[in-house]
Amino acid sequence: MKKMITRRNFLAAAGVVAAAGVLTACGGSSSSAAASGAASGAAASGDTIKVGVLGPLTGDVSVYGQAVVNGATLRLKQANEEGGINGKQIEIISMDEQGDPTQAVTCFTKMCDQGITALVGDVTTAPTLAVAAESADYNMPMVTASATAESVTYDAETDTVNGNVFRATFTDPFQGVKMADYACQKLGYTKAAVIFKKGADYNEGLAENFVKEFEAQGGTIVDQESYSDGDVDFKTQLTSILGKGPETVFCPNYYQEVGQILAQAESIGLTVPFLGGDGWDGLEGYATAEQLKDSYFCANYAKGASADFESAYKAEYGEDYPNGFAPLGYDAATTVLYGIQAAEDAGLEAGSDEYKQAVIDAIAGGTIEGLTGTFTFDEHHDPVKSTAILTYIDGKPELKEMF
Amino acid sequence: MTVFFSQLINGLSLGSIYALIALGYSMVYGIILLLNFAHGDIIMVGAYMSWFVMNQLGLGPVTAVCATIIVCTLLGVVIEKIAYTPLRSAPRISLLITAIGVSFFLEYTAELIMGSGAKVIPAYFAPKTFYVGKVPVGLTSIITLVVTVLSMLVLTFLVQKTKLGKAMRAVSEDMDAARLMGINVNSTISFTFAVGSALAGIGAVLYCCSYPQATPTMGSMLGLKAFVAAVLGGIGSMPGAMIGGIAIGLCECFVSAIGLSAWKDAVTFAILIIVLLVKPTGFLGRQVQEKV
Amino acid sequence: MNTKRKTLKMPVRYLMNAVLVALLFVGLSYLTQNVLSTYQNKVLLTVGINIILAVSLNVATGYLGQLPLGHAGFMAVGAYTCALFTKYCPLPGGISFALGLALACVVAGLFGVLIGIPALRLTGDYLAILTLGFGEIIRITLNNIDDVLGFKLFYGAKGLKNIPKYSNYWNVFLCVVITCFAIHAMMKSRHGRAVLAIRDNEIAAESCGIQTTYYKVMAFAFSAAFAGLAGGLYACYLGVLDPSTFGFMKSIEILVMVVLGGMGSMLGSILSATVLTILPEATRSFESYRMVVYSLVLILMMIFRPGGLLGSYDFSMSRIVEKIMNGELFRKKEKEGEDHE
Repeated sequence: MKKMITRRNFLAAAGVVAAAGVLTACGGSSSSAAASGAASGAAASGDTIKVGVLGPLTGDVSVYGQAVVNGATLRLKQANEEGGINGKQIEIISMDEQGDPTQAVTCFTKMCDQGITALVGDVTTAPTLAVAAESADYNMPMVTASATAESVTYDAETDTVNGNVFRATFTDPFQGVKMADYACQKLGYTKAAVIFKKGADYNEGLAENFVKEFEAQGGTIVDQESYSDGDVDFKTQLTSILGKGPETVFCPNYYQEVGQILAQAESIGLTVPFLGGDGWDGLEGYATAEQLKDSYFCANYAKGASADFESAYKAEYGEDYPNGFAPLGYDAATTVLYGIQAAEDAGLEAGSDEYKQAVIDAIAGGTIEGLTGTFTFDEHHDPVKSTAILTYIDGKPELKEMF
Repeated sequence: MTVFFSQLINGLSLGSIYALIALGYSMVYGIILLLNFAHGDIIMVGAYMSWFVMNQLGLGPVTAVCATIIVCTLLGVVIEKIAYTPLRSAPRISLLITAIGVSFFLEYTAELIMGSGAKVIPAYFAPKTFYVGKVPVGLTSIITLVVTVLSMLVLTFLVQKTKLGKAMRAVSEDMDAARLMGINVNSTISFTFAVGSALAGIGAVLYCCSYPQATPTMGSMLGLKAFVAAVLGGIGSMPGAMIGGIAIGLCECFVSAIGLSAWKDAVTFAILIIVLLVKPTGFLGRQVQEKV
Repeated sequence: MNTKRKTLKMPVRYLMNAVLVALLFVGLSYLTQNVLSTYQNKVLLTVGINIILAVSLNVATGYLGQLPLGHAGFMAVGAYTCALFTKYCPLPGGISFALGLALACVVAGLFGVLIGIPALRLTGDYLAILTLGFGEIIRITLNNIDDVLGFKLFYGAKGLKNIPKYSNYWNVFLCVVITCFAIHAMMKSRHGRAVLAIRDNEIAAESCGIQTTYYKVMAFAFSAAFAGLAGGLYACYLGVLDPSTFGFMKSIEILVMVVLGGMGSMLGSILSATVLTILPEATRSFESYRMVVYSLVLILMMIFRPGGLLGSYDFSMSRIVEKIMNGELFRKKEKEGEDHE
């Protein structure tokens, strides 16, 4: 009992700490209020345009979040180095939401309080949905780099498009069609199996379209297996696939999981080539050359396509860009800049409602030249991009052909 | 039929990993009645250690295995000394929260140092497939099974036949009485943690053989499953942990094999609940008499 | 001391507490409307929701003395109930929200009874793992139930959208007050004393004629119902629901709030829920270190104050007033004892 701190002392100490906390919080709030006041003043006098960048920088999905945020930040900094937008510098406000929808919304409102005029984010589906629901109230232009759920931009229940939300990544289930055609026509496969993650529109969409097209082309789908988010053991599903004897396996998932799947396929003796979508970018560090032999995937960007971007990324962050999310973040920022440029050209005041609407209108009607191809937005605010087929030579991705 | 036997082997090898981790869990629980939430994270640290030794230092797999087991053992003892010893007389829930704190600390520190992207652990040995009749059996599965059974046998011998084992049993029975009998309680508990964590180290190596990626949060679900296995088998019982682990492994595999992979965790927990309701101490757990 | 202690009459006590709450309300609403930014208001709202969660778990953990690890499951039940009800209810906003919250309480409470009856046959860690299992089953079911139903209702991992956002500062504050009052009143009643008796010694309680199973399940269901209320508020705050929010880590998060605040202390739960919600926001500048700091705080806190922030101390305005009336406030206490009031 001697060693324990008494309640009285503890309360006193806690009180001091709490008071200090409250004081700093108040200090913080007043300074941020001052900052936002200053911002509107500054914006009026034409100094800076504030852009929010939101993503999980810590937590288990931060591997994607960091890539997106780094990619986007890189693009915005480059814009500043090039002299800004019509002479105005971009002020980047980036925050960490830890992959949690609740924090994502509080972060977003904090950014709004600080006077952002557009948002790059969020990264994973659940927080992006929450932020999208909140951002509608502000009519805040918002470009997500990587949230693939259809419902982020389009509400199937009410058949309405979330006017202010755009997406830079594919949800494009068209990749599934493309890979099915390629597998049948170019590679001559007739028996295929599919393994995909359940509950994610990207994975399900690709798998569904692959199956439809592959069968339309006269092939047979011998097995369809799925798994849930967070699974690490795929041996069971792969064993089932092995038992059905396919010539190829379509695996439209993200690279870390694909790495696990390939390693486990090898260990149970399933050695047929695998096919995939653009989620495979970054896979080369996670699978051996042997495992990747004769595998193909379609993507709109893969390592080596833009030396400028890759060297700039390395110069900025001291490492190679980790996965396909970095170029997508970069493109999301490019999209936002495109919209801001249009709003600036129209001579509107940064942060105002007309300004935001101008940004949205410009993006919706615009053609964006990004790293991942030149793209426009369709009626659901999804990008329409061209695709290349890539394969692996000695475990490194190589462009095979445009298809 | 071939597929059925292949799935059986998958289930056994997954179950063995759970069993091995559950053994460590069970030992620690048996002695200080602590749900050691950090146990799974010790495995995570072990996996990173293997990666570090093989990938960064470029040393061989034997060194990596030794380093992993040693680091896990030391980590377990250090955690016990720093975080759990001061709380020996505190309410058990405080101990539990401390364990959760340690678990968070290990996870977030790992994330801070290693990043949250998965690190690929190089293969310890070349993958090889044998055929028993027509059923393919991976070398990994064989090694996993053999190591787990051996570990259990050695452990049972240690607990039942050696003096230290006797001390461990005495401490878990009644800590104060054991102290009166001249048993050094502190060192016995540390020893138990050391053994439990060494098992976690072996578990880390086997896990990485089958699933060669290390992430900061890999341990939390694994630890939870192992805990479920330990409870299912009867916590504190060595063969119980083994049975519980293998039961869960098989259950997961067969639920996935019939196409219900999304429900496999739910089925696992449902089985656990049913077993606990029918037999509240698990398969092989001892019935504790209520003292009035 | 032979002289009789002066005490306050019950109506006076109620009046005093009502005044206190009203003062708090006026103070806070002044703050929300004039001082705090939108962002700080959002944080305040999540503080409110977390307070309800912590206070409700405290019933099962602190008062009943059990260790449930499935609290997030009840929150999920309440959240989805309220979300689906308000989403498809044709009634005007305020009414449908009130009904939705009431329904959330009832359904979560029913789940509490359903789970409590089997779970409370066990104790200690077995109960912990059992409730954890139930919590996970609820989450997995919410994720996959649309496959079984054959039509889209819960939307699983894709997220339930278009939930009307009714939650605001006023109704969250009201819910916090109702929760605290209901739990306080329950614990002061005969039933509450029965629950405390079971915590302190189940066998003794049973031999005094207390129906232990009944009271245990009752307290458990009570705790679950208010978790459902918090879930309903959460659903209508965010407007979007996703089952992964209600995983095992959420239950742990709530448990940490309760233990850190002091088991069995309502004020402790309120304080630590507030601190633990604001802390991550206030430490944003530490960026990636903040979670490491959080875990260290947790460990150190438990090592140096294993009883939690306030132990089992609870704030009572009337007691302070009584002490002032008796002139005891500044007299040094003879014994630093824990009084369970």
